[in-house]
Amino acid sequence: MSIEFIYPEFEIIRNENRCISCHVCEQQCANEAHSYDEKHKIMTCDDSKCVNCQRCVSFCPARALKIVKSKCTLRENANWSAETIKEIYKQANSGGVLLSSMGNPKPLPVYWDKILINASQVTNPSIDPLREPMETRVYLGKKPSKVQRTKDGALDCKLPPQLELSMPVMFSAMSYGSISYNAHKALALAATALGILYNTGEGGLHEDFYCYGENTVVQVASGRFGVHADYLKAGAAIEIKIGQGAKPGIGGHLPGAKIVGDISRTRMIPEGSDAISPAPHHDIYSIEDLRQLVFSLKEATEYKKPVIVKVAAVHNIAAIASGIARSGADIIAIDGFRGGTGAAPTRIRDHVGIPIELALAAVDQRLRNEGIRNNVSLVVGGSIRSAADVVKAIALGADACYVATAALLALGCHLCRTCQSGKCNWGIATQRPELVKRLNPAMGSERLINLMTAWKHEIKEFMGGMGINSIEALRGNRLMLRGIGLTEKELEILDISHAGE
Amino acid sequence: MKIEGQIRIPSGCAISAAISKDGNKMSGEMIINSMKPMHDRSNGLGGGFAGYGIYPEYKDFYAFHMFFDSRDTRKKCEAFLKECFEIVKSEIIPTRKIPTIKDEPIIWRYFVAPLNSVLVSLQSEEKDFVAKTVMKINAEMPGAYVFSSGKNMGAFKAVGFPEDVGVFYKLEEYEGYSWTAHGRYPTNTPGWWGGAHPFTLLDYSVVHNGEISSYDANRRFIEMFGYKCTLQTDTEVITYIMDYLLRVQGLTLGEAASVIAAPFWSTIVAKTDLDDRKKHTYLRTMFPSLLITGPFSIVLGFEDGLMALNDRLKLRSMVVGEKDDKVFIASEEAAIRTMEPYAENIWSPAGGEPVIVKVKEGAF
Amino acid sequence: MQTIDAADLDYRAINEALREAGNDFIIEGCCGQKFIAAGMSHKNLTINGIPGNALGAYLNNANITVNANAQDAVGDTMNEGKILIHGNIGDAAGYAMRGGKIYVQGNAGYRAGIHMKAYKEKIPVMIIGGCAGSFLGEYQAGGVIIVLGFHKDNKRIVGNFPCTGMHGGKIFLRSSCEDIDFPKQVTARSAAADELDEIREYLSEYCSDFGYSIEELLSEPFTVITPDSKNPYKRMYVAN
Repeated sequence: MSIEFIYPEFEIIRNENRCISCHVCEQQCANEAHSYDEKHKIMTCDDSKCVNCQRCVSFCPARALKIVKSKCTLRENANWSAETIKEIYKQANSGGVLLSSMGNPKPLPVYWDKILINASQVTNPSIDPLREPMETRVYLGKKPSKVQRTKDGALDCKLPPQLELSMPVMFSAMSYGSISYNAHKALALAATALGILYNTGEGGLHEDFYCYGENTVVQVASGRFGVHADYLKAGAAIEIKIGQGAKPGIGGHLPGAKIVGDISRTRMIPEGSDAISPAPHHDIYSIEDLRQLVFSLKEATEYKKPVIVKVAAVHNIAAIASGIARSGADIIAIDGFRGGTGAAPTRIRDHVGIPIELALAAVDQRLRNEGIRNNVSLVVGGSIRSAADVVKAIALGADACYVATAALLALGCHLCRTCQSGKCNWGIATQRPELVKRLNPAMGSERLINLMTAWKHEIKEFMGGMGINSIEALRGNRLMLRGIGLTEKELEILDISHAGE
Repeated sequence: MKIEGQIRIPSGCAISAAISKDGNKMSGEMIINSMKPMHDRSNGLGGGFAGYGIYPEYKDFYAFHMFFDSRDTRKKCEAFLKECFEIVKSEIIPTRKIPTIKDEPIIWRYFVAPLNSVLVSLQSEEKDFVAKTVMKINAEMPGAYVFSSGKNMGAFKAVGFPEDVGVFYKLEEYEGYSWTAHGRYPTNTPGWWGGAHPFTLLDYSVVHNGEISSYDANRRFIEMFGYKCTLQTDTEVITYIMDYLLRVQGLTLGEAASVIAAPFWSTIVAKTDLDDRKKHTYLRTMFPSLLITGPFSIVLGFEDGLMALNDRLKLRSMVVGEKDDKVFIASEEAAIRTMEPYAENIWSPAGGEPVIVKVKEGAF
Repeated sequence: MQTIDAADLDYRAINEALREAGNDFIIEGCCGQKFIAAGMSHKNLTINGIPGNALGAYLNNANITVNANAQDAVGDTMNEGKILIHGNIGDAAGYAMRGGKIYVQGNAGYRAGIHMKAYKEKIPVMIIGGCAGSFLGEYQAGGVIIVLGFHKDNKRIVGNFPCTGMHGGKIFLRSSCEDIDFPKQVTARSAAADELDEIREYLSEYCSDFGYSIEELLSEPFTVITPDSKNPYKRMYVAN
């Protein structure tokens, strides 16, 4: 060992009495943590290769394995945590920018957990969602400011393009390339079955998935991978990605190792070549340029598709959203600082941006103050973990939520946070054919459908409790929320009362 | 203790209304009496009435009914009004002292018309200007409160049981072609007169029974358009919604009813009349934030008629009856029978199905 | 051939007129209308006057000739077809271009050919007759950018920071480029005969479009710039 050595974060504990040396763990681990010791005729392992994805644990037929946090610790120091020290070692060893995956794991405030939901008692009846009608359908899109009538006085029922969702949830952007063909297929199948939408992310759309277009949001990011007229016309909506909660202000970088086969063709870059998205769109250096991109997309699709503009939640988000609402966008998507990613510099992920709850509250109120809330729908993401989070987001003012990490968990992700390696043992964040095939799209979509169906039931239960039988009467209904353990300032920004008030 | 406006106070209620399609005048006494059998639906913390056609001699002027907490506030408010309005008459609203109604504020009425020069300089439409002025006084002038602002109509309300409120305001001395009444059952004791119903803006008045669960979604939407919900009551927000849909957006009464008590999507999809399906889809998509959920029955009064409407699940009671040229609406049939013992065609309208009664053209 | 008088039309109206039946158009009196022919296929279009930004965005196989200068973002995310400009073009021309040709007689602004892509035989080509501004071929991932440096007026053939982040494709500059600083991750060298043969077809087409002589064009030396690595940032990160 040497000065470069960092003790493994996890230990693989094998119960030798149970192990039958069946090699399943070895076969399942793309990180090659398990191997067979021919000399001693036993399975053995290299803890340093383990990422704690739990694949071997889940597939060990003898239940002989568990992964535990390593007990080898540095001397405790409240200022210099073990994590900080190890990060310094890594950088001193390599000179590299620390790269992480998935959302910010730091113990920063989760405001969803400090907001409580109301229920009716006596003065207003609660509703039984199993037996009374309970509506979760939403339409996303611009609502005109004035009713128009035809010459004969009838209502002119023309509206700008709207997205219909059976429930206020969509699967958010995860590119083909960062996740696998099978993962995309599972999302597409589930979105179609559920009557919601999934999002291509910035890597273009595989031609096999054009048939799910009605349930697809096609994304246009700064790298413009796979963007062409047919792609734009294939989706139900077009999303301009300005930023992402996990890495506001910086571009994307899909390592060349993941640019293989169809990924290369779909993105139109050579195999093995890095897929680099610039930090900004180089045709957007100002808000009026955003308007130009919005309308160039509308022109190219003959005004038939709503345009979503996705931004990361940053300090000045309310003013930014106001600018977007005036730029011709139909929908604003805001991604909070806990949002996931296939790869982001650790420091950026953990230190840039603001919580989605505060961003949402500020944006919704600002748009109302300016009288332009109806110009746009608001979609929020960045760690929406449950139906309760959805209900709270809607009551704070969102039209719908974007969900990605929860969807990946449904597909088998165990949040080991090493997507950037491309060795996802669950067949999700990988392009290795032998790993990709581990994810069965039909079964994956079934699990996604299960998850969303369960959430829908829970959303209805919440709504019934509040005496609300249609989701639009929940939207922006902040009276249904109370804060718990929040400061005056936090309550002011969220514009909710404290519990007991 | 926080009063209404600083805090939201849910309440239950009784409502009653009567209208003559021929424009025949009815004394206020009748509508007072209609509230008596529903006494137990109120708890003495709010009652009120609205009468249409009660000020024929001033029918071209906006009648501002106002509460003031002091003479000073009144003087200040009058000075403010004079800047923009011609005040043709200014007087105390006659009341009688009765033991059940106490702590009355200064209650005044003004018959006013906005100065044309002001309208021109602000490029403002007359009704819009009057509505904004009312909103401004109520939101920004502490101690002053406009509780009625329509032409040839007026609201009368107080803390007390409705039948006492009617006596207090000497409503037997007023005659109108249309009346609405309200008895309130708030869940605590605000003791503030402005919180009683009806709630009015211009010639729209709303009496309402129930507590809506969509309140804050509705409020935060409507406040985008210059309305300020200073009372945090359902009735207030419903009044503003109706004003917005009818006056600002130019919807018909039926269309407005389809917005606030929209049919369920499943009902809309099942409609065989394609134009009707298209219309409902449009209205729900266009105004999702104005859907009102939770129990309500409301009676909306306006210049030439009444509209009664139940929430789409019909969680509150409401009965309609007729006799000759008159139509009666109330929370209970007993109230109708008090007004007209021989009322006919008694029926309960379905949830979300508006009952619209118009006074004949030229009859008011 | 149909003529569209653009004098009183906004971009939406122009594009609606273009989408109507017919393939051959002349737009007269164009003045700043954006997005002309966005996403369109199978049109032949001549523009008199100055087209607005994002001319031919997402162009999907149409031919556009502009008899004047064009503004910013010409051929943004263009897929197929050809844009011919008898004048100069503004910034960010051919952004993320993935196919087709943009031939410019005059100069190009900043960031021409930024993030151009290519896949196998589908190779976008941009030829700039005059000089190019700074950041030429930034993030270039594929395709061919050629700058000819006619009528330079003593200016450098390309501005500052060319080829920043370039990781695919080729850039040809008709100059020995002694006065140009290239970033570390690319190699600039004198173009060999076989490399010039690769682009001869494009150059001939360009010459016939604008009336130049190919011999004269090839009489000057060319510098070719290619990236050293498809993964310029590979060593920049450490897994955490």
